[in-house]
Amino acid sequence: MPDINEMKETILKYVINEYAEEDDDVNFDTPLISGGLVDSFSMVSLKRFLEVKYKISIPDERATPEAFNNVTKITNLVLEFL
Amino acid sequence: MGYSEQTKKIYRDQLDAIAQAGLYKQERFIHSPQAADIEVEFPAGSEVKKVINICANNYLGLSNHPAVIKAAHEGLDTRGYGMSSVRFICGTQDIHRELEAKMTEFLGTEDTILFPSCMDANAGVFEAILTQDDVIISDRLVHASLVDGIRLCSAMHDTFKHSNMEHLEEKLQLHADKRIKLVVNDGVYSMDGDMAKVDELVALCEKYDAMLLIDESHSSGFIGKTGRGTHEHFGMMGKVDIITTTFGKALGGASGGCVSGRKEVVAMCRQKARPYLFSNTIAPVVVAGVLKVLDILNESTERRDKLERNAAYWRKGLTEAGFVLKEGDSPIVPVMLFNAKLAQDVSRDLFAEGVYAVGFFFPVVPNGQARIRTQISAGHEIHHLDKALEAFRKVGKKYDILGKTKQEIIDKYGQ
Repeated sequence: MPDINEMKETILKYVINEYAEEDDDVNFDTPLISGGLVDSFSMVSLKRFLEVKYKISIPDERATPEAFNNVTKITNLVLEFL
Repeated sequence: MGYSEQTKKIYRDQLDAIAQAGLYKQERFIHSPQAADIEVEFPAGSEVKKVINICANNYLGLSNHPAVIKAAHEGLDTRGYGMSSVRFICGTQDIHRELEAKMTEFLGTEDTILFPSCMDANAGVFEAILTQDDVIISDRLVHASLVDGIRLCSAMHDTFKHSNMEHLEEKLQLHADKRIKLVVNDGVYSMDGDMAKVDELVALCEKYDAMLLIDESHSSGFIGKTGRGTHEHFGMMGKVDIITTTFGKALGGASGGCVSGRKEVVAMCRQKARPYLFSNTIAPVVVAGVLKVLDILNESTERRDKLERNAAYWRKGLTEAGFVLKEGDSPIVPVMLFNAKLAQDVSRDLFAEGVYAVGFFFPVVPNGQARIRTQISAGHEIHHLDKALEAFRKVGKKYDILGKTKQEIIDKYGQ
């Protein structure tokens, strides 16, 4: 089982690198989808990153905007499929 | 009558909101052919005014060229006005196939298929050649028509940061197991005027077994030593798998576009691309005009050479005047103003001085990146550029932005 905090940090780093502008302050609980940082198209590539990185398969019906709305929720989703 | 007061109000509210945000687009009526000198009625109903046009995509000055007009007349006389058909029913004339062959030769590709516009070419190509087993990786600043085409396609879509090759490589690694990987770029980015790093893109695509698509709409006819496009500029002729481009800019400026590239890709478009299958063929008069444009460009590089000189002269003049410009080598020279209202005010004042240049601001460009996009043409003579520079200096002085840095302009006018 990977270290959960390390996983959260990895996902946060990816989200910041991919989607944040210089002056965006993004933390584990920043709303990504409802906050407008990640759109539905970007969600597809975020899902792809998680699947490749953690060698898991997330069913499309579980990859909802709600489940992807912050880094903590994303981490919990990944943990379910490990 | 289904058009109720309630429905009408929905639209009126949206239109009001656009207007209140200062984003309402208004057309300016031009009473002359497209050229360096044009006659404009603006606002509607006002007296027609003669101005210098520095915002057309008429890069080679061929939109009103006598030889092109003559060839178009001949096309009209010998092939008629319209075909009243899509290509595959009874809309393909000998000259349509001739233009496809000439574009193939011009771009140095394997085959070409015509579309009613490059917007249609970009709308049709992805769905025709990709499925859900594939991935498209596009630069984040590609043209809206590419974005729309990608959205119509079932392939997975990912993006990389603008011109960031390290980020693209990460994405190519991430999607390594996909059946087909297609990397998508503009050749010259229309808002900033910068060029894609085509040599590096080709190298990465070869390394990761990906196809490369480049939209050459703002480069066909004038970028590269003989005007073939960015692939010629970077010594990559024959190495870009798919090129999409338009006849609506440098290549005569009328309408139409094409997908040119690998033989099988073009054949797939001919079978499956919906804008090709379900939209009318390009009018014979336009085809005849574009054929003549290609003849002119194959005979001499005089026009693209003049454009290069004009663009360098213009960029130097604006730099010496003290404007903040976007760096680049293309005839697109954005004058950065950062504030949307300032861009609109400068555009209005330039018009009063006899120069037609339009302000661009959000959502056409990112917030805080408002600008006047100037576009130089081989149709401009030095006296046009000098007069336009004089107007820019005068207006720049009025707003006290000459010699000021980006931050100083933002401090004065906001972002």
